[in-house]
Amino acid sequence: MSEVAAPLVRIRGVHKSFGDVEVLKGIHLDVAPGEVVVVLGPSGSGKSTLLRCVNHLETIDRGAIWVDGEQIGYTLRGERLVRLPHRAIAAQRRKIGMVFQQFNLYPHMTALENVIEAPVGVHGESRTAALENARRLLDRVGLADKAGNYPRQLSGGQQQRVAIARALAIRPKLMLFDEPTSALDPELVGEVLATMRDLAGQGLTMIVVTHEIGFAREAADRAVFMDGGVVVEQGAPEDVLGTPRHPRLRSFLARFI
Amino acid sequence: MTATPDAGPHDVARAHRPFPTGKLLLWALVVVVAADFATAVARNPNFGWPVIGAYLFDATVLRGLSVSLSLTVVAMTLGIALGLLLAIARLSQDRLARGLSGLFIWFFRGTPLLVQLIFWYNLSTLFPELTLAIPFGPVLAHYDTNTVITPITAAIVGLALNEAAYMAEIIRGGLLSVDRGQAETAEAFGMTRLYALRRIILPQAMRAIVPPTGNQLISMIKATSLVSVIAMADLLYSVQSIYNRTFEIVPMLLVAVIWYLFVTSLLNVGQAYIERYYARGERKIAQAAS
Ligand SMILES: Nc1ncnc2c1ncn2[C@@H]1O[C@H](COP(=O)(O)OP(=O)(O)OP(=O)(O)O)[C@@H](O)[C@H]1O
Ligand SMILES: [Mg+2]
Repeated sequence: MSEVAAPLVRIRGVHKSFGDVEVLKGIHLDVAPGEVVVVLGPSGSGKSTLLRCVNHLETIDRGAIWVDGEQIGYTLRGERLVRLPHRAIAAQRRKIGMVFQQFNLYPHMTALENVIEAPVGVHGESRTAALENARRLLDRVGLADKAGNYPRQLSGGQQQRVAIARALAIRPKLMLFDEPTSALDPELVGEVLATMRDLAGQGLTMIVVTHEIGFAREAADRAVFMDGGVVVEQGAPEDVLGTPRHPRLRSFLARFI
Repeated sequence: MTATPDAGPHDVARAHRPFPTGKLLLWALVVVVAADFATAVARNPNFGWPVIGAYLFDATVLRGLSVSLSLTVVAMTLGIALGLLLAIARLSQDRLARGLSGLFIWFFRGTPLLVQLIFWYNLSTLFPELTLAIPFGPVLAHYDTNTVITPITAAIVGLALNEAAYMAEIIRGGLLSVDRGQAETAEAFGMTRLYALRRIILPQAMRAIVPPTGNQLISMIKATSLVSVIAMADLLYSVQSIYNRTFEIVPMLLVAVIWYLFVTSLLNVGQAYIERYYARGERKIAQAAS
């Protein structure tokens, strides 16, 4: 990790409450370009919420988030910080790919149509170019022969790989994964993790929320442990996972042995 | 043949179907009763089959049919378009939009269509002049109500506004039936709300919207017969105008019944095609990839 490169993602002092419950209690996190950060933590610690704040699916109550030099959701007009209109926020999101726990493929479109939807409809790519790119991406996730299938005609692992291809098709600067393998049967987890490991090796900037300790160890540049709405410990995966210092991290990891 | 040696005589591929005696008897019974009824109706002179034959394609009847159909198409199209706007307003974050939409739906669903039609037709007695103006400012447009509200505009406005109220609730139900994750995914991909609605949400909502809309369309065709009260010559009005002269009441009503059933049957076929189109993602077996 180079210290000189400006971080692609800057998260500063982020607080977020749902009603009376404070879910994020001051998160600081930087992600360098090309870095793969795995976020670990017990259920309810705010991992999904943090990820959803990064692309403004949730608004934050305090602090600030920048992606690629732009503050997400707000802009400074002179001294005044103003909320961006919906259209401008939509434009910011177009640099960020997201993969969901429940895949969320568009069920009325084939795998191929799922992949080209945003490139053609939102990014203004030509249909021919988008189709060519989509076929290449489906091939890359090992599903070239399933291009014409509807999501219901695919296994969970195949659906999630289509969802990854769909997110890659917008040529994102940043990819967010929210427990991409948690809804999968154990024998299907491997194929999705292999795809993600492949992406990590190719210099894509990724924030991955997962319970797959093996993936964190092998593919991540940094592991971040969250608990109770704060980052408790972070560092190189071998340190964080190998010699955990914080007792809560130790008891969390004990469950995976 | 691929053998299943272990199954032997138990191999289900060798299974025979039991002979459906009961089912065949029921079929025979239904056919006999239906044939009996059909001949009774066909032989009965009171039905006046020759009269029906003579008037089925009568110019007055066909003109009435085309009035009914055009009214249905125009009122339904306007009703669906306005209903979509009302449904979106009803689901929006904006309290004013939600409130206004709710008020509209409450009023137009809560009053009889017949009353609404008569009300529109007699609008000039309430507002003799229609003026479009900025409050306390200049007048932008000015009309005599009687020139604007003819029987045909009264019929269209009355049917369309009433329809919009029902369609709004049908469309709202359809939109709510779509998994919340779909809207969120569209949002995460940087789609604008309108684009997400058009490409992601509505196509999925259509599965829930189409069947009740088919119902509405069929009701609408029959509801157009109400416009005869405001002197519109629809299908029912035309056959009435004929039997008022000839006193062939039952045969003339049957002419109308035959046409209503014919149009409804066509709509059923159309609806089946549309439903199959929107269910394409539900197919269990993939087609060969192209
Ligand atoms: N929309 C919401 N409204 C109210 N509370 C919410 C909402 N979303 C999340 N929460 C609460 O915020 C807390 C953190 O949720 P979050 O989904 O971020 O946890 P997580 O770390 O992703 O957990 P998991 O590992 O189970 O996915 C939980 O207590 C949850 O109940
Ligand atoms: Mg979560």
